[in-house]
Amino acid sequence: MPRKKESETTTPALEAPVELPALPAKEAAKPLPMPSTPLPVPDDEVKSAVEDKPRERASFEAFQTYVHKQVQSIVFGVLSPKMIKKMASAKIVTPELYDKEGYPVDGGLMDVRLGVIDPGLKCKTCGSKLKECIGHFGYIELARPVFHVKFIRIVHILLRTTCRECGRVLIPQEKIGRYMQVLNRVEQEEGIDARRLAVKAVIDSLKTVNKCPHCKAKQYKVQIEKPTSFVENEKRLSPIEVRTRMERIPDEDCLLFGINSQVARPEWMVLTVLSIPPVTIRPSITLESGERSEDDLTHKLGDIVRINQRLFENINAGAPEIIIEDLWDLLQYHVTTFFDNTIAQLPPARHRSGQPLKTITERIKSKEGRIRHNLAGKRTNFCARTVISPDPMLKINEVGVPKSIAMKLTVPETITDWNLAYLKKFVERGPQVYPGSNYVIRPDGKKKKITEETKEAAVEELQPGYVVERHLLDGDVAIFNRQPSLHRMSMMCHRVKVLPGRTLRMNPAVCAPYNADFDGDEMNLHIPQTEESRAEAEILMEIQHQLISPRYGLSVIGCIHDGISGNYLLTKHLELSREDAIDLLCSAGVHDFSRLPNKKTVTGREIFSMVLPEEFNYNGVTKGGQPVVIKEGKLLDGVMDTHSIGGEGDGVLLRSLHKKYGASATMQVLHMIFKLGIETLTRNGFSAGLADSDLPQLAREMVQDTLNKAEEEVSSIIQSFHEKSMEVFPSRTAQETLELKILEVLNKARNKCGQIVKEYANKRTHTIVMADSGARGNFLNLAQMAACVGQQAMRGKRIEKGYLGRTLSCFRPGDLTSEAHGFIRHGFKHGLSPKEFFFHAITGRDALMDTALRTPKSGYLYRRLANAMQDMRVEYDQTVRDANGRIIQFEYGEDGVDVAKSESGKIDVKRIIDEV
Amino acid sequence: MHKELEKFEGLLPLKLLREIEELAPQSKIKKVAERVLEEYTAARVDPGEAVGLVGAESIGEPGTQMTLNTFHYAGVAEMNVTMGLPRIIEILDGRKNPATPMMEIYLKSPYDKGKDIKEIALQVKEVKVGELVSEYSMNISELKIELKLSAEKCREFGLTPSIVVRNAEKLVKEGTMKAEGDTIVLKLKKRDETSMNDLYKLKEKVKGVYVSGVKGIFQVLPVKRKEEFLIITSGTNLKKVLDLEFVDATRTVSNDIHEVAEVLGIEAARQAIIDEVFKVIETQGLNVDIRHIMLVADTMCTSGEIKGITRYGVVSEKASVLARASFETPIKHIINAALTGEVDKLNSVVENVMLNQPVPIGTGLPGLVMKGKVAKAK
Repeated sequence: MPRKKESETTTPALEAPVELPALPAKEAAKPLPMPSTPLPVPDDEVKSAVEDKPRERASFEAFQTYVHKQVQSIVFGVLSPKMIKKMASAKIVTPELYDKEGYPVDGGLMDVRLGVIDPGLKCKTCGSKLKECIGHFGYIELARPVFHVKFIRIVHILLRTTCRECGRVLIPQEKIGRYMQVLNRVEQEEGIDARRLAVKAVIDSLKTVNKCPHCKAKQYKVQIEKPTSFVENEKRLSPIEVRTRMERIPDEDCLLFGINSQVARPEWMVLTVLSIPPVTIRPSITLESGERSEDDLTHKLGDIVRINQRLFENINAGAPEIIIEDLWDLLQYHVTTFFDNTIAQLPPARHRSGQPLKTITERIKSKEGRIRHNLAGKRTNFCARTVISPDPMLKINEVGVPKSIAMKLTVPETITDWNLAYLKKFVERGPQVYPGSNYVIRPDGKKKKITEETKEAAVEELQPGYVVERHLLDGDVAIFNRQPSLHRMSMMCHRVKVLPGRTLRMNPAVCAPYNADFDGDEMNLHIPQTEESRAEAEILMEIQHQLISPRYGLSVIGCIHDGISGNYLLTKHLELSREDAIDLLCSAGVHDFSRLPNKKTVTGREIFSMVLPEEFNYNGVTKGGQPVVIKEGKLLDGVMDTHSIGGEGDGVLLRSLHKKYGASATMQVLHMIFKLGIETLTRNGFSAGLADSDLPQLAREMVQDTLNKAEEEVSSIIQSFHEKSMEVFPSRTAQETLELKILEVLNKARNKCGQIVKEYANKRTHTIVMADSGARGNFLNLAQMAACVGQQAMRGKRIEKGYLGRTLSCFRPGDLTSEAHGFIRHGFKHGLSPKEFFFHAITGRDALMDTALRTPKSGYLYRRLANAMQDMRVEYDQTVRDANGRIIQFEYGEDGVDVAKSESGKIDVKRIIDEV
Repeated sequence: MHKELEKFEGLLPLKLLREIEELAPQSKIKKVAERVLEEYTAARVDPGEAVGLVGAESIGEPGTQMTLNTFHYAGVAEMNVTMGLPRIIEILDGRKNPATPMMEIYLKSPYDKGKDIKEIALQVKEVKVGELVSEYSMNISELKIELKLSAEKCREFGLTPSIVVRNAEKLVKEGTMKAEGDTIVLKLKKRDETSMNDLYKLKEKVKGVYVSGVKGIFQVLPVKRKEEFLIITSGTNLKKVLDLEFVDATRTVSNDIHEVAEVLGIEAARQAIIDEVFKVIETQGLNVDIRHIMLVADTMCTSGEIKGITRYGVVSEKASVLARASFETPIKHIINAALTGEVDKLNSVVENVMLNQPVPIGTGLPGLVMKGKVAKAK
């Protein structure tokens, strides 16, 4: 059991184990270091305390109530019987829980000395009330010793490797030193478990197993009979016997096993007293009917106490040995299942309903256990969660918060002489009028809820040093998050914008880093409560600081969908009258038109240039490889598409802006570009329809022709295969070669169809615009709609599964044609034949399974990686080290460059040369 | 190196210096170098940066986008290779045997032109007796088996029955072999009533006896890549292959990380991990900076041997009990810690999260030391 040690008590613990400050009852009774905010106190209590006179100039006393205690280290060890008694505040003697009045019985499992879980009662040990008392341990004296299951393996090893008479390890004295070194090395290389097994191996190799080298006593083989008994010489060893043997093992020999006898004497692994956990960790629930329902642990402890009492009585009454033995075994069973209820050889202890009890091991273990669920995972106040929806009118770094949420979430503001009047207004408005406030915290830490009735009194009371928890306002910082939080851009800091409605709103440009869409996604919002956390959120987490992904050093946030296609159309061929252009720019957020050429009509490029900073130079290419030239803030050549202004690894233009003008400016420009695109589309219209996938007669014929030819070719290959005249690829069977050849022919045919579609489809349709600009979809999608879906492949092969020798029952066995193995020659618009539909469904299901299976796998890989590497950091000497201080890298990434500050992981020398 | 650039030695990484020298015109070289230095300094990592976590994120996040498809066809006639997420998991687990061991054997100058490439490739392949035999005939009365060798196969591998016998004989202890024309006669050494059975067993054993080539190479495939020919194999045996006289040992690679570590050392293994992981991520069409992969590879290799990112590998080496317990098998770690009286110094991240304390990373790292007078109470 872990023993916690606070920094003030860093006495040399290891030398004096028994003397260890055992969190004596009084010390433990002191409230533990509290989280930085004082505990919320029930409202009625505050009211009674309001009468206190407001203090004079309380200044920042509120902050002085913070407890600054830090745990420096935690020592682990096994509790000795002495220690168990010492840290206990009650001896438990009766299995009864409550008396007739429902008051906890003295000496029962719910004894008030163990802490309180009922409101109104006071703890007899520390005198504090519910929620203040953290609980105290108790103990029971066991009638007979029992084994602790968790130590049974080590006890077994000790029994087998030490002398049954003198307790020494079965290694001659002169060799112990040498083997110690061997074992140390084993431990270092393979871990502590391997070391213990190695001790046994060493003794076996000595061939002196039968005789103790120290006292010459004869040794027998001790076997373990799972789960908790030992057999020596076909005779069962009682825990008493085992305990006496453990006692005889000298401290020096313990070291050989990697047991530090200062904190873990072997005999302590056989329990003579059992520590009873405080009631606070096993609270009972009061049902609506007034009935009490006890915790699983209490049930188990009740069993132990009951059997223990019976065992005592029977021993004292001098009952026959068999009865005592039986009860002893039963006690052992209960103690065992108290520690672990999932032991393979034991039937788990169950409730009356048949559901297994959750005892200590199950409480700690696994994802829902204490460690991963409660200790490593925290819950917070001051957060909100709802459905998200898009709002392109928001700035990129804003988040739209519904008023109803803004009135629940608060920001604490400390009153000073300068903001007293300002904050008073919030309190005056109370909790129901929007920019109001919900709580006032007095300098002594008492928190007071503001209601319509109390708000006048609260305003009177306000003084510098008080803290007002006011409603959210526009511009407050908030942390926005969507699960799964796979990378740091999954939690970013936004500025609050209070809006009507009931959803959280965000600019669609930040969908990419969150991986969010609006088909019902929900997201979380957190409001930082201290100056430190707000500063950190603003400086490190705000959108503009997350524009560049640390994964590849390019921008993750960029225009999407309409933002791209709008700009594409604008920069490609649009021409607007000057009035229209100004209107457009105005709605995109540009208000200075001095750079707009003074002409009757302006081109789209000239309009786009307006959002770029003056003196900005850029040379790039489009998605298709055409040059894009920007000179002195003027787009001279090329069109905007995803390669220039997109997100997720594209957006080279944005990256270049970022390098030159910094994060905030880039974000502003990006916002303007995005809006420009959207406004262009709203003014011009943008819709895609079924007719977009229409092909002219000529193209349709060409497609059919291509497919027919391909099928012919396939059948000729099949024929040559049957005639064995086909050329076989090296180190392939004829069958494999055939498959490869067919696949190649069919893929070529489909690609050719794609080419035809690309060539003959109407270029002015918006479907093509989307594909061309990279806003959404590609030509393959269009080809699949207009011409031919193509080969359905599973695991890189044609579909082969199904019936014996055939894929579907409508084909002949051994049919090798393209039709029988999943080639879909129709397009989606024409419609699939039943067979084709079936094949399409097969691959569709396969893809679905693939995703379903992949998610947990990659999630586990991620968890392992994160766990293994989370402590690594760059030190002040630029080395990368882990928590032990071991050097992992002498210089991060061999050159010390932070990917998030680089351009795609590099310093762009070429660009610098051009610039100089 | 250019005179102006010499001043920047030690300030800029060698790679950047070379790039400047190569690209920058002489007249501008100093100015360029100054600018590069400026940008380089600005781009350096900040002390305290949680590079480990960023690395884990950068590899873990695209993991969700990778396909599970085990098999991947590159081109028409290449071999099956484990790709995608399973391969990444395999590498990072530090598994002893990859699912599809593979080598790329580069050839030295006269051999890489493609002349006799097939013969060279076949020399590398492991040949077993069974592959050469076209017919077995069992002679029950004389208790012998005649193995008829396929002439075509023998020619392919440059073997004759007598050579086969010479190579294989030592490995067959229970019987004798003799070459007679294009057949090999197999007889038992000891004869008794169970001989029939033994003879059959002997035949099965002889089938799998090694004759020539490199052990462990099951399949060879000559490929032309750019201007040169190379051999891709399934199955690996780096040690033996590097010894072959026609092999360019400087470029030949195996995808078995443990084998690389054994033959070429831990530094080579680290590079192999980086290359392999990078290859997978690249073929999936994803973009992950090499630095993140380097860091993972370095984590796996710092102890001098390859440790997987598993509870038995890297994680088991953590100093903190609570950090180990929060990963997997918490009870085991706590029990062992109790026995040895371990002290958790709370140096890393999770333990401090558990205790609601600031973590020693990023903004939680710097401590403030302040000297000042105690303000007197007014």
